[in-house]
Amino acid sequence: MTRTGSPLGRRVLLGALGVVVLAAVWELYKALGPATGVVLGDLTVLPRTSDLAMPHVWDMVARLFRPVRSSGDDEMMWQAVLQASFFSLGVAAVGWLVGVVVGMLLAIVMQRFRTAESALLPWIVLSQTVPLIAIAPLVKRWGSQIEIGSFSWENWMSVALIASYLAFFPVSIGALRGLESPDVNHVELMRTYSVGWWATLVRLRLPASVPYLLPALRLAAANAVIGTVVAEVSIGLRGGIGRMIVEYAAAAGGDPAKPWAPIFGAVVVGLLAAGVVALIGLALTRYRRGETPA
Amino acid sequence: MSTAPSAPGQPIASTRPAAVSATGVGKVFASRKGADVTALEAVDLTIAPGEFVSLIGPSGCGKSTLLRLIADLDSPTSGSIEVFGKTARQARIDQAYGIAFQQAGLLPWRTVRSNIELPLELHKVGKADRAARSSELLALVGLSDFADKYPDQLSGGMQQRVAIARSLAESPGLLLMDEPFGALDEMTRERMQTELVRICAETGAAVVFVTHSIPEAVFLSNRVVVMSPRPGRIRDVIAVDLGRAEGRGEGLREADSFFEAVVAVRESLHGEPAGAPAARGVDQR
Repeated sequence: MTRTGSPLGRRVLLGALGVVVLAAVWELYKALGPATGVVLGDLTVLPRTSDLAMPHVWDMVARLFRPVRSSGDDEMMWQAVLQASFFSLGVAAVGWLVGVVVGMLLAIVMQRFRTAESALLPWIVLSQTVPLIAIAPLVKRWGSQIEIGSFSWENWMSVALIASYLAFFPVSIGALRGLESPDVNHVELMRTYSVGWWATLVRLRLPASVPYLLPALRLAAANAVIGTVVAEVSIGLRGGIGRMIVEYAAAAGGDPAKPWAPIFGAVVVGLLAAGVVALIGLALTRYRRGETPA
Repeated sequence: MSTAPSAPGQPIASTRPAAVSATGVGKVFASRKGADVTALEAVDLTIAPGEFVSLIGPSGCGKSTLLRLIADLDSPTSGSIEVFGKTARQARIDQAYGIAFQQAGLLPWRTVRSNIELPLELHKVGKADRAARSSELLALVGLSDFADKYPDQLSGGMQQRVAIARSLAESPGLLLMDEPFGALDEMTRERMQTELVRICAETGAAVVFVTHSIPEAVFLSNRVVVMSPRPGRIRDVIAVDLGRAEGRGEGLREADSFFEAVVAVRESLHGEPAGAPAARGVDQR
């Protein structure tokens, strides 16, 4: 926020310019690139430029304003995509929230107990090397066995859980660094006030961790979105953007612009998630004074 | 030894317990390679309530270590330290002292006022009382107009004044200061010294003041404790009688009595003239 100091309008303009440049590059390559793509040896380095592989930008946009199935009188494509986007965003938000809470708790425990740090940290790092595709069916199967009273585990919860599995990692690492960031000076000052660990955590360590926490929250949001989209596919949850991408990809042969619509939707979800974290950052401006040395 | 209770300038024992009473204090830092470092050895020191005592000496003489022992940020390996008749630990728990370090150590996300209120807030002082006390302290250190500023908007000298105000928040009977003006320029430093003398007179707190600067120690103190390194011990205690706070203006810095005291501390620090043979004899024993 304070880094560029440029007015909001200017930054929005620059952002829009980036999209325009991207579209221009796309069209330029499509017009000038070889129809068979650029192939080095057996390796395709750049894609083919056919309408099938690379639809025109305006075709992709226009497709958003036609019904989902070209023939029927379905709802508009953009409506369907938006609906799916919000569904996925909701699931991702739940996953993000769970991930942030778990990540913070882990960081606090690791900061409190040195031995916990040595015991937990390797496993936390290791946890992220497990491929999502591998755990998705497991989570689904375990979840289906949970039934407590009127509560029963649903598929969207499995997706949210997997999203949180990706989201908690940056939070726990970032928060741990943040919690350990206060100067010895400050920690000793708290000791001279003879206040306990809890007061030191609340008054010193948590506020000091904010500059480390915000980038972690942003990463967690991105991870939660990716986790949601991928888990929707591997668990087979209907209604979200992930499932939509797979379904529409099948239609690519006859309607090449169609698969791009949910991809735009995924981009929108990512932008919204990043925007929410930016708002959190704005609310915590007071704790970020250290970021720009006066 | 010159550290014995009969040393010149030693205050006469009153009914009140001494602000600080160190007896035979030693501190050994164990290092991993097995080469232990003796930071302090056989330190005896008594500081009366309201007295201003400076600890001076070259780097590594243990003056900061002694301060940390008094503050119970470290514990001595031998001997004992009492603060107002209590153990150092109990004194810390009872908030018998306020402390200021070389770095102001203000919390950057708190305003000047709420930095000063931090210890009060931590000890559950009510909001109205806190505000009243912080206003008082802001006036005392001359920063009333800066109450709502953040630390990064203040100069180094101002930050240090906030730190001093914070250390005074709970009206401690003892103030521990570890080179609080060490990072300031000479002009600011002298102004801060004059202010500290005034503040101490107004609060009546005893002060243990660690410094590298001879003129600073002399200007501020009732007694200057000269320390020598490896192992850190007290070489000399020099009484400085420059009159009470009211008389200590800028003119004092150019007075003969000031220079005499500076010379005395200098010679003691360098371990030379004025009864040097005797002093050396003591050292080698």
